Amino acid sequence: MARVVVDVKLKPEILDPQGRAVMGALGRLGLSGVADVRQGKQFVLTIDGDIDDAKLADINRIAESLLSNPVIEDYSVRVEA
Amino acid sequence: MSPRIGVVTFPGSLDDRDAARAVTIGGGEAVALWHADADLHAVDAIVLPGGFSYGDYLRCGAIARFAPVMEKIVDAANGGLPVLGICNGFQILCESHLLPGALTRNDHLHFICRDQKLRIENNTSAWTNSFEIGQEIVVPLKNGEGGYVADEHTLDLLEGEGRVIARYLDVNPNGSRRDIAGITNAAGNVVGIMPHPEHAVEELTGPTTDGLGFFTSVLTSLVTNGRVAV
Repeated sequence: MARVVVDVKLKPEILDPQGRAVMGALGRLGLSGVADVRQGKQFVLTIDGDIDDAKLADINRIAESLLSNPVIEDYSVRVEA
Repeated sequence: MSPRIGVVTFPGSLDDRDAARAVTIGGGEAVALWHADADLHAVDAIVLPGGFSYGDYLRCGAIARFAPVMEKIVDAANGGLPVLGICNGFQILCESHLLPGALTRNDHLHFICRDQKLRIENNTSAWTNSFEIGQEIVVPLKNGEGGYVADEHTLDLLEGEGRVIARYLDVNPNGSRRDIAGITNAAGNVVGIMPHPEHAVEELTGPTTDGLGFFTSVLTSLVTNGRVAV
């Protein structure tokens, strides 16, 4: 079994009202000095067997077409040992 | 024979019945289409209704985009079939890349439900040719993720080509860039709109009957373009 982690975050120029709401709460909880909060998503894929280049290419394709919307989001893929 | 207008039901669609009713009142024949059925049943046009397809999990419209019926719709839309996406349907059209940009969470984070004034800015699309340019209409608006975003280049392109079909008036209810409420593709057959014209087709239940124009426009367009016989 192997684990592949796909992180999806909003592009920098896209407004993130959820992150802004979280940031509002941080101040109320006494955490000062936070300049910005951006909220994203993480997908953890547990894969049967080993990860090869073909499988990784498939996962990248899914990350780009389904897990993220390239109009508003960036993604990254990493294999966890 | 009336033109056949398909209305797609996804798991979680809410407004498919109202959309079918609006089609009928507009003078078309409503045809129920099912998300898992990769067959358009020879319809002349299609409405993607509002709601929460597949629970809106992942992103609104993201999973619906890959429904069997959508693959057929994308091909047909690229071939000129008129398609109207309302609210969740607009989100699905953007996720399908039939329309540019994306719909994001309302900037104020609240779900909003109100009667919304709009200004019609394009009366050449398949779904807006019954209106006058500059006509002000009032239809219900109800969304949590209705903020229209696109990069500046895309926004300039949409404006330059006259592809903004309607803009919010008086108040921008969700943070949409440039007050955009609806857009069309370059060919004018695919239209997405965030407010709900299908809820404004009868005096008993709607704030106005202004929404009816979308459903009569497509009938005119089908005849003008020779897609259905007179």
